[in-house]
Amino acid sequence: MNRIDYLFQTKKERVLSIYVTAGFPNLEDTLPVMEAIQAAGADIIELGIPYSDPIADGPTIQESNTQALENGMSIKTLFSQLLGFRAKIHVPVILMGYLNPIMQFGVVEFCKKCKQVGIDGLILPDLPMSQYLEEYKALFEEYGLFISFLISPQTSEKRIREVDEHSSGFIYMVSSHAITGAKSAISKEQEVYFERVAGMNLNHPRLIGFGISDAATFQLASRYSQGAIIGSALIKHIAYSLDLNKDIHAFIKGVLTPE
Amino acid sequence: MIQVDEKGFYGKFGGAYIPEMLYPNVEELRENWEALVASPSYQEEFQQLLRDFVGRPTPLYFAARLSETFGAKIYLKREDLCHTGAHKVNNTVGQIILAKKLGKKRIIAETGAGQHGVATATVCALMGMDCTIYMGELDIKRQRPNVERMRILGAKVVPAVSGSKTLKDATNEAMRAWIADPVGTHYIIGSVVGPHPYPEMVARFQSVISEEIKWQLKAKEGRENPDLVIACVGGGSNAAGAFYHYYNEPAVRLIAAEAAGLGIHSGKSAATSVLGTPGILHGSKTLVMQTEDGQVIEPHSISAGLDYPGIGPVHAHLHAVGRAEFVGVEDEDAMKAGILLSRTEGIIPAIETAHAIHALNQITFNPNDLIVINLSGRGDKDLETYIQWGNY
Repeated sequence: MNRIDYLFQTKKERVLSIYVTAGFPNLEDTLPVMEAIQAAGADIIELGIPYSDPIADGPTIQESNTQALENGMSIKTLFSQLLGFRAKIHVPVILMGYLNPIMQFGVVEFCKKCKQVGIDGLILPDLPMSQYLEEYKALFEEYGLFISFLISPQTSEKRIREVDEHSSGFIYMVSSHAITGAKSAISKEQEVYFERVAGMNLNHPRLIGFGISDAATFQLASRYSQGAIIGSALIKHIAYSLDLNKDIHAFIKGVLTPE
Repeated sequence: MIQVDEKGFYGKFGGAYIPEMLYPNVEELRENWEALVASPSYQEEFQQLLRDFVGRPTPLYFAARLSETFGAKIYLKREDLCHTGAHKVNNTVGQIILAKKLGKKRIIAETGAGQHGVATATVCALMGMDCTIYMGELDIKRQRPNVERMRILGAKVVPAVSGSKTLKDATNEAMRAWIADPVGTHYIIGSVVGPHPYPEMVARFQSVISEEIKWQLKAKEGRENPDLVIACVGGGSNAAGAFYHYYNEPAVRLIAAEAAGLGIHSGKSAATSVLGTPGILHGSKTLVMQTEDGQVIEPHSISAGLDYPGIGPVHAHLHAVGRAEFVGVEDEDAMKAGILLSRTEGIIPAIETAHAIHALNQITFNPNDLIVINLSGRGDKDLETYIQWGNY
């Protein structure tokens, strides 16, 4: 069974997924950061493949992407770092990346490598669902890779049902009209949207991302879904860290401790 | 047949590779634009503005001394005489009427050198719409007069401080701003790039150029089709407009002049047809200048309008199927061609356009060939570059 499915079968609420850019803050930090995230109690690790033009992300994540690229991170390097990571990491690991670097690496080769090192799923924000169905669905399934599509407050009910039909693992629910890291509080309007989607009885669990940054927002998001995704807030927290292990631990404990 | 398909592909290039957050915006456009543009009320307003505000039709001018210099019959399509000084306004007029009909209250746009920003700020002022222009922080410093033009016209100019702080980053910022206000905002993309339906929509608004060339040439020469059409290509909107009604006239040679910068293989170039490989940039699959790892490369051209790491998907397709001939024109040669046109015809061209003029030196043609060059813009905005170059 895919680790993502297993997770959601055994844990129905307060699932915490942590995003971090691969090769950040330093090139060789990828694995130590993943270990620290797991040890601190996060349930899923979402590893970002850095890209020069990440249009769905805000300044914090873009800067971490730029930093990682300057550090020399590439998909090739990432897979060499990930070789054997399953000896230490048992939580589901998802790669998040823009399509272009993956296309240049070769999508088939990418899937093979994912399976080889033990990746469970993908989030590809600029891969349209129609293109996925046409070109990549069979391939991803062949290599056991789950894919989470995004929905936003603007997504129609019909489209949400399609996303539910074609996603595997979980649905990535974007909390607002925004890019990552843009907001820090959750509005009434957003809660109405969370409630509306929660009432749709979708087949897949939902994780809420964008604007989730601390215990309060995590708790609120978890009230309307199975959990949430935090990215920018952690990136900010560790950007200049002198002790990654300690800082990651403190951050995640802080999020998981109810206020 | 050169034609866009239902999903926005020209052969292998095009499509809409966008985050789901943009899906409703792009869908709304895709579903509505053609019917809206075809409606009588749209056409009435559009045609009236093209005529009375933009100043269309622009002349098709027989360039006698230039013809003599090159030994062919050369006509210049005078887009430089459009209001705001370039073809860009054809598209912004088209899109602002569309935005109004879609009930949008706010306009955003990206700009490199500032030409598209000015053309957008202009139509926003005309329509009384709120206008925000995203421009790379570096470009803001380099293109001060255009920044002030936009501000005079009432637009807010927001610096893009991410990445390389130039056009591609301004485009990223505009897309993010669109994600942040999908309901009230329309994004006016300035070239034949971006997710479907933008490339075809912008090409259609610019196609008025070749539509006019056809009847003007018929009146002057008794034939609608020239032997060659030459245009410069950055993203490729003026070229798409000049080629549009000739895509499927195989007897008409289509020449695309790209910016070769300091030399195609100098590492300082924007010759995407040579240096680009298939990839995804700003929502469409096209030729992209990128590293082996798929990171987008910052291009170089002396002309800010050609300084883009991709080309419109239609041009990638025209290149792939051999329908258009691509010529790489270096900075120095473009500057010389700018001076040549100034001295032979009394027209100081935009440096973008000067690339198209110099292409005449890099292709072969027959002495009795009929050539149309799309004179996409005038050189006023480039005076500082001409002065710094100084070789005149």
